[in-house]
Amino acid sequence: MSTLTGERSGRRPQRSILPWLATPALLLFTGFAVVPLVGVFALSFTTWDGIGSIRLTGLTSWRAVLTDPGLPHALWVTFLVMAVSWAVQTPLSILLGTFLAGRQRYRAVLGVVYFIPLMLSSAAIAIAYEALLDPNFGLGAGLGIEALSQDWLGRPGLAFGVVIFVVSWQFVPFHSLIYQGGVQQIPKSLYEAAQLDGAGRVRQFFSITLPQLKYTVITSSTLMVVGSLTFFDLIFVLTEGGPGDATRVLALDMYKRGFQASLMGPASAIAVILVLVGLALALLLRRLGGRDAAASQLEGAS
Amino acid sequence: MTTTLTKTRRPRKATRPQGPHRSRPEARRRNWLGGLAGWLWLAVVAVPLYWTLITSLKDRSRYYASNPLVPSADPTLDNYRMVVESDFLQYFVNSVVVTAGAVIPAVLVSFMAAYAIVRGWRMRVLRAMNGLFLMGLAIPLQATVIPVYLIIIKLHLYDSLPALILPSIAFAIPLSVLVLANFIRDVPKELFDSMRVDGATEWTTLWRLAAPLTRPAILTVSIFNALTIWNGFLLPLVLTQSPDRRTLPLALWTFQGQYGVNVPAVLAAVVLTTLPVLVLYAFGRRQLLSGLTAGFSR
Repeated sequence: MSTLTGERSGRRPQRSILPWLATPALLLFTGFAVVPLVGVFALSFTTWDGIGSIRLTGLTSWRAVLTDPGLPHALWVTFLVMAVSWAVQTPLSILLGTFLAGRQRYRAVLGVVYFIPLMLSSAAIAIAYEALLDPNFGLGAGLGIEALSQDWLGRPGLAFGVVIFVVSWQFVPFHSLIYQGGVQQIPKSLYEAAQLDGAGRVRQFFSITLPQLKYTVITSSTLMVVGSLTFFDLIFVLTEGGPGDATRVLALDMYKRGFQASLMGPASAIAVILVLVGLALALLLRRLGGRDAAASQLEGAS
Repeated sequence: MTTTLTKTRRPRKATRPQGPHRSRPEARRRNWLGGLAGWLWLAVVAVPLYWTLITSLKDRSRYYASNPLVPSADPTLDNYRMVVESDFLQYFVNSVVVTAGAVIPAVLVSFMAAYAIVRGWRMRVLRAMNGLFLMGLAIPLQATVIPVYLIIIKLHLYDSLPALILPSIAFAIPLSVLVLANFIRDVPKELFDSMRVDGATEWTTLWRLAAPLTRPAILTVSIFNALTIWNGFLLPLVLTQSPDRRTLPLALWTFQGQYGVNVPAVLAAVVLTTLPVLVLYAFGRRQLLSGLTAGFSR
């Protein structure tokens, strides 16, 4: 008994330094993330041109944003980018992830090439693709192939397709990496049992691999969907939201209103919408998965 | 023992511990769809990279006339010289300063916070902090850029490198704390107990026990953050103005705006700005990739 209390009283003064250890991180995070997050709500009720003084103007910015037909359009484009890039990337990533999970040497070598795009900045990727897709001087024109030398970034539908393609080019390797890890964790005994039952390869994939990858799918999808809200760099450099406003997603809409049109109030309102959409999606996917971020993180780290 | 759908081992001699064994014919069948996708994807990834590299080595005047997929017979480094002469050395230094200046403090404070959260889990304050950092994972950086811009102006830091460093640190913290805490949690409790019996303070335990034991995780987190910050575009775009404050991605973009018609030069700039990361990739591929996956819960 005495040792217990002795230990506890001996531990108290030591433990009290712990909150101080966390304080620097807390201060930095609060100053440059929490305060801005609160600040963006506050700024959405003001009028500010980015240089002069900030005036409180109530709901003016919100009224301007909510009555602007640009908002539903930006929401729609954001949703389309999210949905289409998810639908393209997920099957591809699962396929490549299961492929890479094989232990053959040549697959490891292919993996080395696959992961190069992960190292590159979105700006570099967008600039290289812009040159590559140039209708007059790009790859297609150089090869003299009609189908490849279209005005890829000049026509709305094509530009949207290009954005999806480049996004996939950049991020499929990342998700394949996640799926590779997921597949390698599936117990082999499951496949052995299925083989004894005479299940074929396709059957095995659909009744073992896919169900076993459930949490990996949720983790990867969460990252894809929430991450797609933040495709700013790539789209900005590649199309600047164009042609017209064909690829003007929310993040781009916010930047253009705020930093190009000097309408910081409405831009902040868009930012608030962006935050709410992001939180809603994260919560929704978490509900679907039934596990918290920490758990899926743990799975990834191990 | 038998091969599976995903781990189709070819019946070679070197299938290590299992040794030679007969697998069912079914299992030996290859994963054709996966193989096809694998090789196709190789082409999809490699062709643009290859094209970028060889075009960057072509003479501008000959570029338009040549076959885009055939490397130049006499490659030239003129494009690279032009890029280097456009102050890219300065931009490189800026990128290094911002990346190192943000990653080191970010990982340091995150490690201390992660340690405190794991060791002081019984304290409500620390649990609340953990909750706050977790919430931070769901905040998209873009959405807070306007207030960040305002704060930076108020601090008289606009158009300086610290303006890029401070928000970068803040946004690196949530994920770093999460990953590092997961690893510190794996350190056996008995080790902490024996440190305490020896009379060590939390401060010494932090540096003498937790830090050495979680070094791989620290490296991993540092790499992930370094890549993110190195490649960052929005913060430099919004928070700087003068050419001599540009970091590489922003410099690349302005270079393209200036010399857009000179495709080989623009591509040389692309290659040059990505070269440092690619060199790192060649040497520390495993660490880089584990750094990326550790960071995948954003």
